[in-house]
Amino acid sequence: MPDLGLDVLFKGKNMLRLLGGLWVAVRISLISVALSIPLGILLGIVMTFKNPITKTVTRIYLEFIRIMPQLVLLFIVFFSSTRTLGWDISGELASVIVFTAWGTAEMGDLVRGALISIPKHQYESASALALSPSQTYFYIIIPQTVRRLIPLSINLVTRMIKTTSLILMIGVVEVLKVAQQIIEANRMSSPNAAFGIYLVVLIMYFMICWPISMLARYLEKKWR
Amino acid sequence: MNWDFILKYLPLYETAALLTVKIGLIGIALSIAVGFLCAAVLYFKVPVLRQIVIVYIEVSRNTPLLIQLFFIYYALPKVGIGMSAQLCGIIGLAFLGGSYMAEAFRSGLEAVEPIQAESALSLGMQRSQALRYVVLPQAVSISVPAFVANIIFLLKETSVFSAISLMDLMFTAKDLIGQYYKTTESLFLLVVFYLIILLPVSILGSYVERRLRYAGFGS
Amino acid sequence: MAEVLLKVKDLVKQFDGSTVLDGISFDVRRGEVIVVVGSSGCGKSTLLRCINALEPIQGGSVELGGEPVVHGSKNLAKMRQQIGMVFQSYDLFPHMNVIDNILLAPLKVQKRNKSEVRAEAMELLKRVGLEDRAESYPRQLSGGQKQRVAIVRALCMHPVLLLFDEVTAALDPEMVREVLDVMLDLAGQGRTMIIVTHEMQFARAIADRVLFIDNGKIVEDTDPDTFFENPKSDRAKQFLNIFNFERSK
Repeated sequence: MPDLGLDVLFKGKNMLRLLGGLWVAVRISLISVALSIPLGILLGIVMTFKNPITKTVTRIYLEFIRIMPQLVLLFIVFFSSTRTLGWDISGELASVIVFTAWGTAEMGDLVRGALISIPKHQYESASALALSPSQTYFYIIIPQTVRRLIPLSINLVTRMIKTTSLILMIGVVEVLKVAQQIIEANRMSSPNAAFGIYLVVLIMYFMICWPISMLARYLEKKWR
Repeated sequence: MNWDFILKYLPLYETAALLTVKIGLIGIALSIAVGFLCAAVLYFKVPVLRQIVIVYIEVSRNTPLLIQLFFIYYALPKVGIGMSAQLCGIIGLAFLGGSYMAEAFRSGLEAVEPIQAESALSLGMQRSQALRYVVLPQAVSISVPAFVANIIFLLKETSVFSAISLMDLMFTAKDLIGQYYKTTESLFLLVVFYLIILLPVSILGSYVERRLRYAGFGS
Repeated sequence: MAEVLLKVKDLVKQFDGSTVLDGISFDVRRGEVIVVVGSSGCGKSTLLRCINALEPIQGGSVELGGEPVVHGSKNLAKMRQQIGMVFQSYDLFPHMNVIDNILLAPLKVQKRNKSEVRAEAMELLKRVGLEDRAESYPRQLSGGQKQRVAIVRALCMHPVLLLFDEVTAALDPEMVREVLDVMLDLAGQGRTMIIVTHEMQFARAIADRVLFIDNGKIVEDTDPDTFFENPKSDRAKQFLNIFNFERSK
């Protein structure tokens, strides 16, 4: 069995540095999710309006964001803001902007889908029971919408966390960058460190995303 | 916008786009094969293999492609499994896509009412005949929307290939930005080429989905 | 008296430890029409599924023409070709039109000649009044039409025994009649059938024998007039009372 470089992990503060890098990625996704949820709910409601202008604008926004790879969006925001507009925004800020724009689009589509999937007879039976429109929303529509939405938005969190791995490509120092630095620094003493370190990074992402996915699946089953 | 620059570097983007499409298509074809096999293992509850497939699906779906690629490209050679960047991209995409395709096929199979297989059996069909003539055709058409969504998703995911130094669209754009500071033009070409690749698939996808949703069989 | 076609002996069926069928025994002679009745959950549908070996059984045996019908056995497909079954609903193949639904098994399983089976299928469709729907897809048909097609599909396999599992239970009242008429016609042709139904007047009209099942056991096995006029057991009396209404005012 060749040396797989796992000892490098326990050298100095390497493990802590990796976890610190992971936290950078997770923090960016948490901030983006926190912003995406209210914005997405708003977008979703706007998307159910019959107004042709809001319909077209939201539709184009949604389609463009969803069809472009997130990395392309990151490049657009990061490079064009610094080089074209002259703003010097950090990679982290660019990441939050892109992931929020993306998360809002995804969340908006989920909200719209949940709203229009409530059958008409739910509204009708509510008004047949003489509930007012606001009571109908509060007691009938919103609880059903939320039940459909929560598992889906939890899934969005895992997708967001996985996507944050991309911020390496616009120079943000996150877990993968830290891993590269550690491997580079130990190239002489431990030439195989790449195996152990990248394996650990893979496991770290798995340990974060897997429980969240399981929770989403559990809720989806329970509330179906 | 500098159109001379755009015309000059158009061929570079074409080559890069062809590489993206080539790796994307081979990787997606393999994903479909892997996904089909995995769904079959789950459907027939093959012992041992079933547990392996479940673990594979969970790992593949809960880790980012970029890290899977790093692992395949930089880590595996340390234990003697080295391969070219292109092969690495193809295998990485198939590893990721296989689990997504497996889930699409599996949910398609599960969505076919058990009574369908039962009525096929009660007509004297063998299990294999019931599967081939009755269950599979329905399962496949139910999984078409998820299947198309996966293809778009996987094509988008190819954008990370530049991280293992494949000269794809992202690599080309970043290279030109770094060399000539022509940010707007480079990004414009990047967006246009991704639209050329992704828009037709997306339009075809929503067309197929609408047909399946509103018409179903027989109209 | 005709020979025994189907022999069910000491049949036991359990689901997760609870016993659904508890030692069912009866014979069906060629040409006989048996109607199985009982309250919902008494196991009558399970009985049909066990006869066709769609369910594994925990005890007893089912024999058709002297040969065992066993879940998971090699010749099961061969045995099932002789047993036609029509389910409550949703059993037409939605991705095929009517004629393909009917032709699939005769062509793929029995490898029969296509034009010959097609001619037979059209003849049968005509008999049930659906000759103009041969090219329609299941979703374009009403519930009653679907069930008539399902019956034709079963008949085209030339089964010696037909099983009907509450075939009218999911239908609107005005469609029930058209399906029941087809079944009466089949009985008139001397076909051997086992019918599970909640249509009591129909049961009385079509049955040679009525089996009343309660708690997984056959409580009554008698001719329809006796069953409906003078049931012996209290359970059967209670059951039949469900179908009687008295004026409330």
